[in-house]
Amino acid sequence: MFAAAAQYLVSGLTVGATYGLTGLGFTMIFNTTGIINFAQGEFVMLGGMMSVFFRTWLGIDLFSAILLAVAVTALVGAAMERLTIRPIQGSSPINLVIATIGVSILIRGAAMLLWGKDTFSLPPFGKAAPIAIFGAAVQPQSLWALAITLALLTALKLFFTASIHGKAMLACACNRKAASLMGISVARMSLFSFALSAFTGAVGGAILAPITMTSYDVGMMLGLKGFAACILGGLGNPFGAAVGGLLIGIMESFGAGYVSSAYKDAFAFVVLLLLLFVRPSGLFGKAGVERV
Amino acid sequence: MKPWYARNAAKAVLLALALGAAPFVLPNEYYINILILGAINALIALGLNLLLGYAGQISLGHAAFFGLSAYATAYATTRLGLPIPVGMGLGVSLSALVAWLIGMPTLRLRGNYLAMATLGFGIIVHIVMNETVEVTGGPSGFVGIPRLALFGYAFDSDRSYYYFTAAVLALAALLSLNLIDSRLGRALRAIHTSERAAQTAGVDIAGYKLFVFVLSAVFAGVAGVLYAHFLSFVAPSSFGFHFSVQLVVMVVLGGMASVWGSMAGAFFLTALPEALRGFEEVDILIYGAILVACVMYMPMGMAGASAGAWRRIGRWRRGSSGQGEGGHAG
Repeated sequence: MFAAAAQYLVSGLTVGATYGLTGLGFTMIFNTTGIINFAQGEFVMLGGMMSVFFRTWLGIDLFSAILLAVAVTALVGAAMERLTIRPIQGSSPINLVIATIGVSILIRGAAMLLWGKDTFSLPPFGKAAPIAIFGAAVQPQSLWALAITLALLTALKLFFTASIHGKAMLACACNRKAASLMGISVARMSLFSFALSAFTGAVGGAILAPITMTSYDVGMMLGLKGFAACILGGLGNPFGAAVGGLLIGIMESFGAGYVSSAYKDAFAFVVLLLLLFVRPSGLFGKAGVERV
Repeated sequence: MKPWYARNAAKAVLLALALGAAPFVLPNEYYINILILGAINALIALGLNLLLGYAGQISLGHAAFFGLSAYATAYATTRLGLPIPVGMGLGVSLSALVAWLIGMPTLRLRGNYLAMATLGFGIIVHIVMNETVEVTGGPSGFVGIPRLALFGYAFDSDRSYYYFTAAVLALAALLSLNLIDSRLGRALRAIHTSERAAQTAGVDIAGYKLFVFVLSAVFAGVAGVLYAHFLSFVAPSSFGFHFSVQLVVMVVLGGMASVWGSMAGAFFLTALPEALRGFEEVDILIYGAILVACVMYMPMGMAGASAGAWRRIGRWRRGSSGQGEGGHAG
């Protein structure tokens, strides 16, 4: 009983780490540009698929392949901002969101053409023997996933609090007009936020690929879970999104384990809906002043 | 100026004539099939436009209302052996009921939170459709739904079915146009502009939002029963998140807050994948690129673009002194 619970917790945290990183990516773009980027899930897909691609087709080692994949995805994110978002930055939010939907269709279509519809897997990062913790058999990959997520979160925290670029991005999140009056280039921050969140998403995709398989179409569901993670944590709060992602992973894992695996994807959304009915601004969001 | 209801009736008649003429321009069965699906999608887009374009409330779960009614009538007419009109009534009522139940707590949310909640609802419904195999047939779908027959007349040919859906669409357009010109339409626009100002002016915000949400679900429900009794087969893949997003794209691409625009957007997006069939594998890339290009170059949608073109033509004809009269997107 306890062992099973520990097992569910570990697997939930592992998957949740990717959701959290996806949610974090959503939040960074939302904060600097006010856009919900529906292509965020495709960044996660690209992180996983390109790691596989670079490793097997170029024959380079796993870590170089992942680094390359993450870097290329960051470039894709930057290119997306430059080519589709920047030219229409004055448009209404819904138009911008639909542009991101269009881009997500493009990326998914390109991935399908390049790599086909098969599913691929990436080898685990370390040795494969599971470790027993509290009676749960923990795959080393889970530890890798959690460690990398934690390291990335720490790095981002440092970036936002200690570096001038990070502070500039936070300033854009607070008030774009005031930030630009202070000499911050909002356009550059927007570009930067797309690259950074593509990077974060790709890392999430790469750490998840050895655990669940990856294919050209995994991005959509991952994107939706990531969006759910940021809403759960309170939109605009990056670390709320990370925690939200972990919570969604855990809920899914326990729901699948104790109730029914067929409804795995539904649990997180049911809980999220119930939470929103009680707390319309998410767990860590500011309480809504306006209510109808 | 004629009163608005006469003007709207004239517009609806024009629409009915245009829709009625379409099969003569596109005579083959394949085109008529696409026209039927286009009219069904246009019906949902009309309803969603009232919610999104006029009241400013997003729903990323509208495919669920479409699917619920389709499955309800499928189940009622085949497994329960009920007559088709009863099944259709049940289907539409189910959509309305679920919209009412889900709308009450959900419509208190705003913006991205509302988007998330409706999205979550849509996904839950989609998963249930996939997993309750004994009721819905699961992922492989529900087969053997009877073709529509009403008052002893069987709509066996695609052409007759097209005329039926076109008539329903024209009626729905008339209803929408009248609604928008009525007190309710003004209330919805007031909510869109500023909820607080609307509330101060005495608009029952929660009530109107819920009403238009249920109404849009009824439109989707009617479309759902028409869909089920046309294809005689339904599967969950038609009612997923993809389709919900596509519906929003139809409304936005057509032009927010435009009855004509949302219908045009629906027909356009229904026909586009068919038109791109010839490009084999790259069709999805072209589709995505067209979507991006449309929002980039037509920020006000098709309705806005055509109104703009109309204005430019007018200005050109009047010479350069023309004082750009506001285009009219109904």
